[in-house]
Amino acid sequence: MDKSTVPAIELRGICKYFGKIVANKNVNLIVEKGEILSILGENGSGKTTLMNMIAGIYLPDEGQIFINGEEASIHSPKDAFTYKIGMIHQHFKLIDVFSAAENIVLGIRTKGKYDLKKEKESIRQICDKYGFLIDLDKKIYEMSVSEKQTVEIVKVLYRGADILILDEPTAVLTPQETVKLFAVMRAMKEDGKSIVIITHKLNEVMEISDRVAVLRKGESVGSVMTKDTNPEELTALMVGKKVELNIERSEPKDCEDRLIIRDLNCRNREGAKVISNVTFTAKSGEIFGIAGIAGSGQRELLESIAGLQKLESGEILYNDPTSGKQENLRNKTPMQIRHLGVRLSFVPEDRLGMGLVGNMDIIDNVMLRSYRKGHSAFLRRKEPKSLAEKIIRDLEVVTPDAKTPVRRLSGGNVQKVLVGREIASAPKVLMVAYPVRGLDINSSYTIYNLLNEQKDAGASIIFVGEDLDVLIALCDRIMVICGGKVSGIVDARTTTKEEIGLLMTQTGGEEQ
Amino acid sequence: MSHVAPHMEPPVRLSKRDVMPTWKGILVRIAGILLGVALSSLFIVLVTDLNPAEVFTSLFDGCFGTPRRIWNLLQNTAILLCISLAVTPAYKMKFWNIGAEGQVLVGAAATAACMIYFGNTLSPWLLFPLMIISSLFAGMVWGMIPAFFKAYFNTNETLFTLMMNYVATQVIAFLITYWENPKGSNSVGVINSATKAGWLPYLFDKQYLINILVVLALTVVMYIYLKYSKHGYEISVVGESENTARYIGINVKKVILRTMALSGALCGLAGLLLVSGSSHTVSVNTAGGRGFTAILVSWLAKFNPAVMLLTSFLIVFFERGAAQIATSFRMNESLADIITGIILFFIIGSEFFLNYKLNFRHSKKKEG
Amino acid sequence: MDLAKFASFITQAIITGIPLLYGATGEMLTEKSGNLNLGIPGIMYVGGISGVLGGFFWETYGDKTNAFLCVLIPMLCSLLASGAMAFIYSFLTITLRANQNVTGLVLTTFGMGLGSFIGGSLSTILGTGTTVSLNATAAFFKTPLPFAEHLGLFGKTFCSFGFLAYLAIIIAVIAAFILKKTRIGLNLKSVGENPATADAAGINVTGYKYAATCIGGAIAGLGGLYYVMDYVGGTWSNGGFGDRGWLAIAIVIFCLWKPDLGVLGSILFGGLYIVYMYIDNLPRASQEIFKMLPYLVTILVLVLISVRKKRENQPPASLGVSYFREER
Repeated sequence: MDKSTVPAIELRGICKYFGKIVANKNVNLIVEKGEILSILGENGSGKTTLMNMIAGIYLPDEGQIFINGEEASIHSPKDAFTYKIGMIHQHFKLIDVFSAAENIVLGIRTKGKYDLKKEKESIRQICDKYGFLIDLDKKIYEMSVSEKQTVEIVKVLYRGADILILDEPTAVLTPQETVKLFAVMRAMKEDGKSIVIITHKLNEVMEISDRVAVLRKGESVGSVMTKDTNPEELTALMVGKKVELNIERSEPKDCEDRLIIRDLNCRNREGAKVISNVTFTAKSGEIFGIAGIAGSGQRELLESIAGLQKLESGEILYNDPTSGKQENLRNKTPMQIRHLGVRLSFVPEDRLGMGLVGNMDIIDNVMLRSYRKGHSAFLRRKEPKSLAEKIIRDLEVVTPDAKTPVRRLSGGNVQKVLVGREIASAPKVLMVAYPVRGLDINSSYTIYNLLNEQKDAGASIIFVGEDLDVLIALCDRIMVICGGKVSGIVDARTTTKEEIGLLMTQTGGEEQ
Repeated sequence: MSHVAPHMEPPVRLSKRDVMPTWKGILVRIAGILLGVALSSLFIVLVTDLNPAEVFTSLFDGCFGTPRRIWNLLQNTAILLCISLAVTPAYKMKFWNIGAEGQVLVGAAATAACMIYFGNTLSPWLLFPLMIISSLFAGMVWGMIPAFFKAYFNTNETLFTLMMNYVATQVIAFLITYWENPKGSNSVGVINSATKAGWLPYLFDKQYLINILVVLALTVVMYIYLKYSKHGYEISVVGESENTARYIGINVKKVILRTMALSGALCGLAGLLLVSGSSHTVSVNTAGGRGFTAILVSWLAKFNPAVMLLTSFLIVFFERGAAQIATSFRMNESLADIITGIILFFIIGSEFFLNYKLNFRHSKKKEG
Repeated sequence: MDLAKFASFITQAIITGIPLLYGATGEMLTEKSGNLNLGIPGIMYVGGISGVLGGFFWETYGDKTNAFLCVLIPMLCSLLASGAMAFIYSFLTITLRANQNVTGLVLTTFGMGLGSFIGGSLSTILGTGTTVSLNATAAFFKTPLPFAEHLGLFGKTFCSFGFLAYLAIIIAVIAAFILKKTRIGLNLKSVGENPATADAAGINVTGYKYAATCIGGAIAGLGGLYYVMDYVGGTWSNGGFGDRGWLAIAIVIFCLWKPDLGVLGSILFGGLYIVYMYIDNLPRASQEIFKMLPYLVTILVLVLISVRKKRENQPPASLGVSYFREER
């Protein structure tokens, strides 16, 4: 066989199951030598699982993998290295207390004495070749996300990888850092390496890749050359049919200022500024959307309002519609906020890590918000039980019974339990973060309808989303944040995806 | 390019189990115990060339042979169960308290102090409450010190509580130098042997009955506390996910401190039962390693107080039985530790089969 | 305290510290792989008794005058037995992923039982009451460096120990070198810090965990052997080893998981352990308070490192956690 035309990777009929969940089904995929291939797909379409099988993290249950035309059996990341495959995971696999250089050389068996100085020399050569800037003696725990990513890429290159897989590398980067990353990727391609980039961002696909392979619900739906396609076609491939969201949107009525945020500033545990000078007002009877690249400060913003983050400065003012008083929630604990009579509900992004307790049953999870009621030292499971049954009935939660641990429910049903509990207390402010992530279409619509019901009932809803189509169709106003700063607040009825997309990638707040 | 031959498929692959039916879980555990028993009897037969049947007869004889042995069995079970109940709330909270040994010791020391200094001056109506309060308090303080540092500085509680055990041992050794009776014996001797002041009363003439009843009551209370009280619920939430606990407004630091206060106090109570309810003396060996065994009892029962009745009984049964084998065949009494150790290794090992599944590769080929 | 007395205090501190040093070095290697082996006290105890057993059989049936074999046989027995103990721990926690704390504590109970059973049975067979004496073997273990006596007070203070004392320090220094300067050390540390990352980098996590734990156990076992053959001169008595195993674990923390510091830490702890004997007219009550000191300073160090939060001084990040690759 002619070596030059043989694809770098070929997947044939790959299937992977996690219990009853089908992660990948009969996937066929080809990665040519010296190309940048985008793997495009929505959240949960099986992109990462598929790539993990090439990188030796998982074993396929069925199917074959060919590397350079020969069938390969990849049982571990070590096997992957012998095939010159390296993957840069979304969650970096670095040792915090080691220096960059130590992380890069980790696990490599070169002949002769271990000499970090000598190895550093060769690492520097690679850095110079592709234009990386890193301090090799810096400890990982002192590094920014972008620096860590650089270390990951150099690590893979240092192992002599010819095939690089990057899992959503830009999700954590600023626009400038993304530009730098793309430059490096092009330099590597020039050098003859094959690069696979997993992403769900269309603009990046169009910008960087030579070819796009699309996955939908774990199956491959085909590949196209980037130059022959356009974002619309890709979207259609990705979602299967043209995106037609018919979310009903009522006109906001009786709008009052419910939650006033003024000049909010907040730093994370490492001391980096994550929210700077954020100011907005959320009104009753409207859905206030928040758009932005993942990690732009959305989580910290919602957690600040919920009393879970320490603020540097700023005000969080709540206008109580029943008493007419104004309360300042700044630096109050969740408990103090509740004692003020503030009816604030919060559906966090991390459902099983924060919103719910996976090992507890539905009743006990429903009880999380209300268990303190009453002066008795003992729990009353009667009301939570009927509430749990009501949620199961009304939101069509698929579960054997209310005594099933939520860990064993599917993603959509977990979310229904969480949202059901949060709206049960008739909130005045309802914050939801990525509420439909990982959910099927039907469940998503159930959630949209619930949010609309709450809106019509006069709640002020803050909706953090990632799908711009949904944001535009569901919200009344959309605030776009970028790098922890507000870059604009737009009217959802008149805005376009392009306008929001632009705001998402620029810092500052000039335009209105 | 490198030529790497495709590897052989590994014959066995591991995966996490979702849930196993209860009856299957019980069967696996029983199988584990039986294997452990088989191996330890093999050990006995090898070192003694006894007939296995004889060994087993004396195993049961050691536990149930005489009324006195039965009472001893029950008393030991009660004390072990008491300490196991004490450590359980902390474990449910995923606070790795291995300092029960020390918490029991300081509780025992506090009890002994009350008996020695006030035994002959206070009326029993004052003495007993004083003993109870001071033993609970001593254990509580011992438990709350590491809890404080865990809550505020995230200090590693496993290592901290481990060190606290030996500080407690030295505290007792220190006190013994003041309390020793007779002088120079380096032991405390039976406290108030003439007046029996501060000795827990013998109910129906049975020395250990009161201990057993107290611990039985405690088992019920602990079961209810963990399952039906708001505190118990908060403990579970903190143990499962601190993030969730903060999200719903639970003061995590407070729960850690409160739970360890309770855990330590109950260990102190075990100290009281040991000194006032059974040995009537105190030494550095008063806890006798039960603080460590209790962790096993609680862990094997998956932190369920009702199941702990069984696991504590089982461990004491093997300990006492093996001790009897040792005496009746004139072997060293440490045989008991060996046998318990072997059986526990098997029980611990069998947990694996409850949590993981072995997937044997079949040569099934699916055609599309 | 005059100079001669001080010198003798230093000597005693060192020989008291040596068993602790073996235990601490062994446990440091183990913990660097992410395994918190609380079975170390049991392992050291078994390391002692198996040496006695080997020595006993060689003295009874072998050539008592062959110095080399008299030393080698007990040593091999000790290494094998303590290594086997650590293997039980490894199999349960690494392969069967059992809870480390629980497994370690059972191993200690088991080891203590096994040691006392063998020790007790041996003395019963011998009819010597509660002790077993191996004077010939111990004499070889205690042979000091040949030039010690020519070096005056210095020689008496620092060169008068049996070879196992020097071996302990050599092993600790080698362990420190391996951890700091070699690829194996880097790999081992990565396994203890973040096994998933180490696995992804192609390091054999299971292999490293097994090797570190078993070698660590074998090293710790030598501490028991040194104690019985040198420190107490070949006399085994049940329970004589005391709480030294736990002190070894304390030193691991006190010395921040650094084997080279462990040498100094062990001697310091050895000194604290016996200092009460060198203070004149110290009442017995205060002696007991002195014996508490090593544990108190360990707690202090533990609190200080958690308050200061310096990343390099923290326990290995995955300490106490079993690793399963396909965890989801």
